[in-house]
Amino acid sequence: MEQPPVIELHGVRAGYDGRTVIDRVDLTVRRGEFVALVGANGAGKSTLLKVIVGLLRPYEGSVRVFDSPPGNGARHLAYLPQAEQVHWDYPLRVEDVVLMGRLAHSTPGRGPTTADRSAVATALGRVQIVDLARRPIDALSGGQRQRVLLARTLAADPELLLLDEPATGVDPATEEQLMSLLGDLASHGRTVLVATHDLAGVMAHFPRVLCMNGGIVADGDASILRDDAILRHTYGGHRPGGPEHIADEHHA
Amino acid sequence: MPDPFEPLQYAFVQRALLAAVLVALVCASVGVFVVLRGLAFLGDAIAHAAFPGVVIAFLLKVNIVLGGSVAAVLSALAIGAVARRSGLKEDTAIGVVFSGMFALGIVLFSSIRTFTGDLLGILFGDVLGVATDQLVVGSVTAAIVLAALWIIWRQLVFVSFDPIGAAAAGLNTLRYDTLLLGLIGLAIAVSVQIVGVVLVVAMLVTPAATARLVARDLRTLVVVALALAVGSSVAGIWLSYYVNAASGGTIVLVATTLFGVVWTVRSVARSRAAAA
Repeated sequence: MEQPPVIELHGVRAGYDGRTVIDRVDLTVRRGEFVALVGANGAGKSTLLKVIVGLLRPYEGSVRVFDSPPGNGARHLAYLPQAEQVHWDYPLRVEDVVLMGRLAHSTPGRGPTTADRSAVATALGRVQIVDLARRPIDALSGGQRQRVLLARTLAADPELLLLDEPATGVDPATEEQLMSLLGDLASHGRTVLVATHDLAGVMAHFPRVLCMNGGIVADGDASILRDDAILRHTYGGHRPGGPEHIADEHHA
Repeated sequence: MPDPFEPLQYAFVQRALLAAVLVALVCASVGVFVVLRGLAFLGDAIAHAAFPGVVIAFLLKVNIVLGGSVAAVLSALAIGAVARRSGLKEDTAIGVVFSGMFALGIVLFSSIRTFTGDLLGILFGDVLGVATDQLVVGSVTAAIVLAALWIIWRQLVFVSFDPIGAAAAGLNTLRYDTLLLGLIGLAIAVSVQIVGVVLVVAMLVTPAATARLVARDLRTLVVVALALAVGSSVAGIWLSYYVNAASGGTIVLVATTLFGVVWTVRSVARSRAAAA
């Protein structure tokens, strides 16, 4: 039986400050899919993720997430932003940050519940940083920060996970672990989208790949990454539609 | 050796102490966010912008804390709106709004003659002149600010720490930012009577900044900031009674001295740790 669609995009054009970064995007992602987004910097990977999360309103086209407008499904969705967008100098401990993942489930004025505490403990265990729970976040390495953000994402126990370069600053062994963990979540019915630069990792783990360059230039199983024509389209500077597509993605 | 409890026999000193402790609690807890988010200039600006509200309240013969609150909160929201809508940087928006409001206060003020004695009080604080009705309004305002902070604390921390992540998790970041600006405005309005327009920012920033030097987690930051603020206020009033100096200035000087001491001790400790 075919799984219901979790994400549906039709004719989406989006960008920043009037500039177009992605155009003519049609995409359907079904429950339990494990999808990689690849492409050069500025190709629109982050832009596409932000449109799905509801952080960025597209100029045109329709976006449905859990059959609702984006942003309405926040309780079912967790997004892992690029790590440099977070204030790592704050006086917080690792567990405080992971606990933030539970805030979408709680009402203002309420402290953390037992369920919140145990979700945090489980998430810390899954990314193997239980021993860092009480560590101040300004004392973490790049790879540890990435695990903390991932743990926060997992603590939300979301139906849909959107991760923007979760493997940045992480050693290859850890990256391998992260990707199998995400694949495992997908095989348990979670839907997972990951923007990444690691093509070898994509080939090893992901059943579906979206190649991006100002839009989706190819969509298929990992074997499309062995296709020279597709790789040229994705990375070769054949940017469809002219110079406005070369616009840098906003990371601020 | 003078009797340390001598000042306490006067009702005006009791009222002053109570008011100063209230202000310390409110300012230090709001100040945690002012320091974490780098809003010191905004705080200073809002304090100056409260001035015309105080003058208008005086003219209309209503409570001046109320007048100050309205002007402070309105200008805090105006700064947020100008920065968002004009495309100008926030510090530019702050500069425009606060100097305009302060100028309005000066023009209004200069048109009335009977005000002279109270001007110094508004600009530099007059904690020993706190009247009972001001204390009541101040306490209610302080209670509102503390209760609001208590309720939205975790959300405010998330929104400050990681605005994008918070928005993705479904938090309305604009609403929380606006609430924070409003709370800063209210905190300033209750404090103007104690330390005055010019020094209010010190109550907001200095205790939390000192705490930030030593705290590795948020709970410690808040507890240390509150303790330093209350300690500076009580010690400042007590000292000012004996040296017969302006109490607002004395409170701020005590807080500043504590910052200097903590910073020095920390620097020495760090260089020793580095040498070892």
